[in-house]
Amino acid sequence: MNLAEYDPLRGRRVEVLDFTGNIIAPDVRPDDLSDDYLLDLYDRMVFLRVADQQALTLQRAGRMGTYAPTLGQEAANIGSAAVLQEGDWVVPSFREMGAMLLRGVPLQLIYMYWMGSEWGSHFPENVRVLPICAPVGTQTLHGVGLAWAAKLKGEQTVTLIYFGDGATSKGDFHEAMNFAGVFQTPCVFFCQNNQYSISVPRSTQTAAPTLAQKAIAYGFPGVMVDGNDILAVYAATKEAAAHARSGRGPVLIEAQTYRLGPHTTADDPSRYRSAEELKAQEPYEPLPRVRLYLEKKGLLTPAAETERWERYQTLVKEEAKKAEAAIPLRPDDIFDYHYATLPPYLAHQKDYLHRILASSGEGTDGQA
Amino acid sequence: MAKLNMVEALNLALKEEMSRDERIILLGEDVGRLGGVFRVTDGLQALFGPNRVVDTPLAEAAIVGTALGLALGGFKPVPEIQFMGFLPAALDQIICHVSRYRNRSRGRYTLPMVIRLPYGAGIHAPEHHSESTEAILAHLPGLKVVIPSTPYDAKGLLVSALRDPDPVVFLEPKRIYRAVREEVPEGDYTIPLSTAKIVRAGDAVTVVAWGSMVREAVRAAELVAPEGIAAEVIDLRTIAPMDDETIVASIRKTGRGVIVHEACRTGGLAAEIMARIQEKAFLSLAAPLERVTGFDTIVPLLKLEDYYLPDPHRISRAIRKVVRF
Ligand SMILES: Cc1ncc(C[n+]2csc(CCOP(=O)(O)OP(=O)(O)O)c2C)c(N)n1
Repeated sequence: MNLAEYDPLRGRRVEVLDFTGNIIAPDVRPDDLSDDYLLDLYDRMVFLRVADQQALTLQRAGRMGTYAPTLGQEAANIGSAAVLQEGDWVVPSFREMGAMLLRGVPLQLIYMYWMGSEWGSHFPENVRVLPICAPVGTQTLHGVGLAWAAKLKGEQTVTLIYFGDGATSKGDFHEAMNFAGVFQTPCVFFCQNNQYSISVPRSTQTAAPTLAQKAIAYGFPGVMVDGNDILAVYAATKEAAAHARSGRGPVLIEAQTYRLGPHTTADDPSRYRSAEELKAQEPYEPLPRVRLYLEKKGLLTPAAETERWERYQTLVKEEAKKAEAAIPLRPDDIFDYHYATLPPYLAHQKDYLHRILASSGEGTDGQA
Repeated sequence: MAKLNMVEALNLALKEEMSRDERIILLGEDVGRLGGVFRVTDGLQALFGPNRVVDTPLAEAAIVGTALGLALGGFKPVPEIQFMGFLPAALDQIICHVSRYRNRSRGRYTLPMVIRLPYGAGIHAPEHHSESTEAILAHLPGLKVVIPSTPYDAKGLLVSALRDPDPVVFLEPKRIYRAVREEVPEGDYTIPLSTAKIVRAGDAVTVVAWGSMVREAVRAAELVAPEGIAAEVIDLRTIAPMDDETIVASIRKTGRGVIVHEACRTGGLAAEIMARIQEKAFLSLAAPLERVTGFDTIVPLLKLEDYYLPDPHRISRAIRKVVRF
């Protein structure tokens, strides 16, 4: 695949597998993405879907806090992160559970984060994924810095930076793109354009017809891709990562997808988008087309499919239980991680909390 | 008269004032079609149109920075920042420009604008959604900072802010957005900025609070009342420029004081209030002042959040301590 053939100003986007399960651009499909590997990635998408549904169930049952679902964005999540190699970094925003899982963050930790524990951001040592980033767009700069560090150290690694369409309106995003261009940092900017920033449609974020074209102003390639087509996402990200890895600088990918669920569990999308609009999008969602393709190839039987979903449904329930059991309810944790050594005034405040907890609601030990 | 919660009272204030003054423009993320993530601007776009209730791109610095230009251009912008945790990007505009324009132009330019934002912890929100960094704002010369604690006050204070010639930051304690309903009249009434309110009278100790901590302070006063301690609770309502006269007058009567805020302790506003009491009423003091505050830590995520916030128990302990000194 040649990035130069997808000049966003000419409106062409990367598409490989159409929504009926037919390969429409066999030459764009990367050689290493065999049918067996595709089955593997499909499996990861199903796992993400089930883990996502479980999070919604947990939230509704009061076992999880506010949660940002990935429904409909499985191909963008999995197809992109799948191209990474050992040593590469993932810099997520907050709708990348699939990419995080694929790069080694245990589901248990992601659940712990959304359940409201900082321990959910304490990833294993060997996992090169930054914690979830709630302030929109700010993480794009961190990703450029990570990529810059790799370049300075002479590492052949790539940093994959995720963000949404709304984030492209923030100054941080433009500053990150500019630094990446100026310092030729080995990173891929991966925009999950799910068409909404809470209630605000993509058309309100920018007067430009595409987000991908923003790269042109910063002096590097931008490419649009059907974000619901995992083959296209994989192909484009693979090419972009190879570009960055070989020292040719950053690439911006605009993965055009659609957020099928609410912005978060606190959101009511019926206030700003119609049921008809949602219905019209459903046929394009990422899973069925892969399923159709794999069925045609004889790689997916109904029995195996049922077994897969059931297995994951059991697994995610177990992960949720493990997450709940693993969350320490230790008030000391509030104080102990701000500095390498606890300063005396914080130690004093910690003592105070201990005294408060030891005293009954009505009592007093004479010390406030 | 309708019984409204704070969200509804703020909505009514905006609606009435926008009808009265067509220069008012609301702008921010999700304020239009959605009516704001907390619904404070619900229905206003339908009423006043998309030119006066504007859904903007996601960019806090731009929302406040362009509001400044709109104000210079003759409008009264009301930018909304969706959560206080996302204020920092706009602080550049607020610190470098919004708060300075009048002074640096020697009054040639004024900036009538009201920056609204929900703030504070206690609703089990995600990371970065529980901040109360009001002391940063109160520290800035040229800025007014208002914090209501009841629906009635919220309306009267917001109308005053909207009629003020200078920039006002209006902080909305989201924990009590829907906590109580009270009678909120339609039509014109205002509560002057920089006036504190005695919400419970007493002569044994003065307790100063604002936002969602007022309710906690009142509950603490109720806790100690059976012990014969009559606590006077003051709702500061405007933290900058603050009405220290009301505080000092109360301290002269009680001789004892407790200041409560949910923000971090170090550099928090309690320190400023204690300094002013010390400057103006040192000889009236019968005991060292106490403060009950959030810890000098990041607000914990929801599993530990309840340990963070000052509550009636903590406040009552401080009250007893200063009374028994
Ligand atoms: C700086 C900042 N402003 C506002 C918010 C509140 N907020 C959270 S997500 C969001 C919309 C983000 O839209 P987009 O970048 O398209 O990503 P999506 O949520 O659609 O994945 C907003 C406004 C925030 N988290 N950070």
